[in-house]
Amino acid sequence: MIEHLLPILAGTLGAATPLVFAGLGELVAERSGVINLGVEGMMLIGAIAGFAAAADTGMGPAIGLAAGALAGAAAATLFAVLALSLGANQAACGLALTIFGIGLSAFIGQHYVSFSLPGLKPLALPVLSAIPLLGSVLFNQDPVVYLSVSAFVLVWWTLERTRLGLLLRAVGESPEAAHAIGYPVLVIRYGATVFGGAMAGIGGAYLSTVYTPLWVQNMTAGRGWIAVALVVFATWKPSRLMLGAYLFGGVTILQFHAQGLGVAVPVQLLAALPYIATVIVLVLISRDRRLLQLNLPASLGKPFLPGH
Amino acid sequence: MSSPSSPSAGPRDWGTARLELRQISKRYPGVLANDQVNLKVMPGEIHAVLGENGAGKSTLMRIIYGATQADAGEMLWDGAVVTVANPAQARRLGIGMVFQHFSVFETLSVVENIALVLDTRFDLRNLATRVTELSQRHGLPLDPQRLVHSLSVGERQRLEILRCLLQDPRLLILDEPTSVLTPQAVQTLFDTLRRLASDGVSILYISHKLQEIQTLCDHATVMRGGRVTGEATPARETSASLARMMIGRELPVCEAPAYTGETGTVLEVRDLDHTPADPFGTRLQGINLSLRRGEILGIAGISGNGQAELLAALSGETPVRADAIRIGGRDVGALDAGERRALGLCFVPEERLGRGAVPSLSLWENGMLTAHARGLVRHGLVRFGAARDFARRCIEGFDVRCNGTEAPARSLSGGNLQKFIVGREILQEPKLMIVAQPTWGVDVGAAAFLRQTLIDLSRRGVAILVISEELEELFEISDRIAVLAQGRLSRAQPKAQTDALAIGLRMSGLEAATATEPADV
Repeated sequence: MIEHLLPILAGTLGAATPLVFAGLGELVAERSGVINLGVEGMMLIGAIAGFAAAADTGMGPAIGLAAGALAGAAAATLFAVLALSLGANQAACGLALTIFGIGLSAFIGQHYVSFSLPGLKPLALPVLSAIPLLGSVLFNQDPVVYLSVSAFVLVWWTLERTRLGLLLRAVGESPEAAHAIGYPVLVIRYGATVFGGAMAGIGGAYLSTVYTPLWVQNMTAGRGWIAVALVVFATWKPSRLMLGAYLFGGVTILQFHAQGLGVAVPVQLLAALPYIATVIVLVLISRDRRLLQLNLPASLGKPFLPGH
Repeated sequence: MSSPSSPSAGPRDWGTARLELRQISKRYPGVLANDQVNLKVMPGEIHAVLGENGAGKSTLMRIIYGATQADAGEMLWDGAVVTVANPAQARRLGIGMVFQHFSVFETLSVVENIALVLDTRFDLRNLATRVTELSQRHGLPLDPQRLVHSLSVGERQRLEILRCLLQDPRLLILDEPTSVLTPQAVQTLFDTLRRLASDGVSILYISHKLQEIQTLCDHATVMRGGRVTGEATPARETSASLARMMIGRELPVCEAPAYTGETGTVLEVRDLDHTPADPFGTRLQGINLSLRRGEILGIAGISGNGQAELLAALSGETPVRADAIRIGGRDVGALDAGERRALGLCFVPEERLGRGAVPSLSLWENGMLTAHARGLVRHGLVRFGAARDFARRCIEGFDVRCNGTEAPARSLSGGNLQKFIVGREILQEPKLMIVAQPTWGVDVGAAAFLRQTLIDLSRRGVAILVISEELEELFEISDRIAVLAQGRLSRAQPKAQTDALAIGLRMSGLEAATATEPADV
């Protein structure tokens, strides 16, 4: 039994990492009151930009992740100009960004279909990886997995413990009040949105340059949407988001193993399992409408234009 | 130094003014909000800016606080010309402002709200200690860890004041600060302001309440229609002379003759309990009341104590236990708003735009919204002539100043829209009328008209329930008064057997208690 469980556990962290990045980014954006439904598109743009950069320069995933972050940030900036500066409908802009991202990435990606990249070797953390059983599983991952966990700690700490985080939450609750006491609401929302884009881009680039590592059209396969859903179901709390992401990762790996063992269930159903399981579990834990309403950024999705 | 534009003479003219405005003008599309306004505030002075809604007071304060810029004129701070580009710069100069509609964040704690406006190092624990100290020193008790949505309105104002005080202001602006306070809380506020003034803080006190200004302020600038219409020492003036400066004529008074018609209970509420779906709402507990023909029952209390929930239950927006509410002897608790209207209930909600009227629809269309059953629709089709005629009768009968029946609701001033909405309901000949905040944000003239209209309506045999934050108003029009505080309603007492202080005590006795459950999740 344990020899089956350990590899699943080991794979979970990697499978969840794209969601961790994209979800944390979207969480920050939504906390500032901006709902960006373009996560899927930004992930794909990040994936192809990262893959292209890594393949063309031959410098490996580090440059790929950086390029993914930049591309995701650029896509989010486009969204921000429309939805924040011009006050366009955020849902419509986000959907458009997703469709745009799918098309653009497929278009650029045609040249990279037959490529493959070397990926990243696991990095065993000293001391921790020496813990019997779990140590070699949890602390022998590729470096980006550790990076994603640090990103979680950083986002949580910033939101809960710093003035910047407080300001972000304040803007998300009442941009009018934040404006009245003299804060640049748009600047803060831009910052949060662009951060969200960069994180989605890193998530996508991780998929294409480290996790698989190759380019397949539409390779995010709805992970961007799962990230958006995770944020809501997690009631805008980073720790719950991590829980959801790892659940998704775990079931993804589990169904791979089930496929490998030849379980008599249609493959399509198994492949859908992570999405179904994540949604069911998160719906159950976020059933409490009260909790949802208390944590919901009150201005979410509402444009704010100072002076209007 | 002294300004040639200031008409007053005397001791306040020596020394440098803390703040001086010279010839400030500000135009908004279609209206000159400030027209060459001069204002001078000395150190340690409590200076009133008196005027009706729309007189330009708020615009002037927004200019001082940097929230908007003047088109012309100059501002002097300690004798030097300054331009204030934004509120952050105003705060650095030492200007603090307590807004009429508080700019606080409901889901954050008291200390987090305060930290947001301070430029000091971010240390919530240390700040919480300072907040506690300061709140005790000024007699403004407030727990720094409480979440703001659980605070009463009075406590929120305390938070705003503390937030300003922590920045060591040299000029404190308060915009209509007492509109949400009980008489007792007003006394506390005045004590605090006097103490601050004696420490040398200048205070600009914006209000339309004459009596308050006479008790508190050293000097007053009176505004009407964007211009300064007078300068006065309030203690030396009478209410009548101040009113003349403010509205250009005497204060109108309402007349309430005795009711001589048939009596009989119209509305009965029995043991109404209701928990709202909204987590920030107030739970109604054991509400009992009865209302007869020909009387006005006033419900006093500060918004947020169950007013919204009680209104929703009475109007039918949220159904409750069937026998909890009876109209004309019939159980109506489970009926919806339309079915209750069919039984003779008419309802004027608190929010005029959005609930009482649809902002973008024309007046005749807004008339249709509740009066459609009065012959304005036949075979499912709108009778345009009848609908316009209904709106016209409403406009003429209730002195609504507007651009005809096609004018969109949002183009009307607060007072005129309220007259239209009240008129629309009265023309439907209600048996029972429920009115929330009838004169909120309405100018003095329209307010007096609305109050007299309600009294006249009741004397024609209609039962009227008025929910209001304005105690003076309730004492003017009600026959009996009850208090709604913390979701509980006190027994209604005849007006003659109670007074503002006793009612205020009821309002505040429960006001300070904490609300609902902890919400930190």
